[in-house]
Amino acid sequence: MTITILYFAWLRERIGEPRETLQTEARSVSALVDELRAKGERYALAFSDLAAVRVALDQELSDFDAPLDGVREVAFFPPMTGG
Amino acid sequence: MDIRVQAEPFDYGTECNAFTASAPGAGAVVSFCGIVRDAGGQLARMEIEHYPGMTERALNDIATQAGERWDLTEVLIIHRHGPLAPGETIMMVATASRHRAEAFAAAEFLMDYLKSRAPFWKKEITATGEAWVEAAERDETALKRW
Repeated sequence: MTITILYFAWLRERIGEPRETLQTEARSVSALVDELRAKGERYALAFSDLAAVRVALDQELSDFDAPLDGVREVAFFPPMTGG
Repeated sequence: MDIRVQAEPFDYGTECNAFTASAPGAGAVVSFCGIVRDAGGQLARMEIEHYPGMTERALNDIATQAGERWDLTEVLIIHRHGPLAPGETIMMVATASRHRAEAFAAAEFLMDYLKSRAPFWKKEITATGEAWVEAAERDETALKRW
């Protein structure tokens, strides 16, 4: 399946791209993260501490155990600081 | 329910008056405005990044939840993004209800939720560098009371 991956704040800066399209067979968010980490040092660094990373699936806050069935857009970002 | 995500500045007083006029039947209006704080006079500017699409959904969801929990006549959320100077308004919420308790509680609920559940990220830029604002533990803890 083809998914769009978005990065925000320091994840975007570490990875160096705000978005990318990926062809993946990953079944869960954590499997997708493993796949991304293998892409290179920038990714490994960005995903080195998952306690500092949040994930949204199709614009809904989710978690790393969540399945990717039917998901088209995955976003990774640090804890939010609105207000 | 009026929710706006925008780069443009807004006038807090004007918005408060317009909100009050738009809430017939209300006996109470509570409003809150967040401004760019310049601790120590070092801040050159703040930059707010957001997730277009999810931001609007998250704010709608938070306002809808508030409307389900309290008897509100009207709700307003305005949140800015982009570069902001010290002292500028970042965001505001306003709630209207028949009696003040609901409006106060709903405004606090909106603020607690949008601090850590709406996809905004703040970066502070000073003369010596820049740093992303870290989420405070107390902001996560604040959600537990609801």
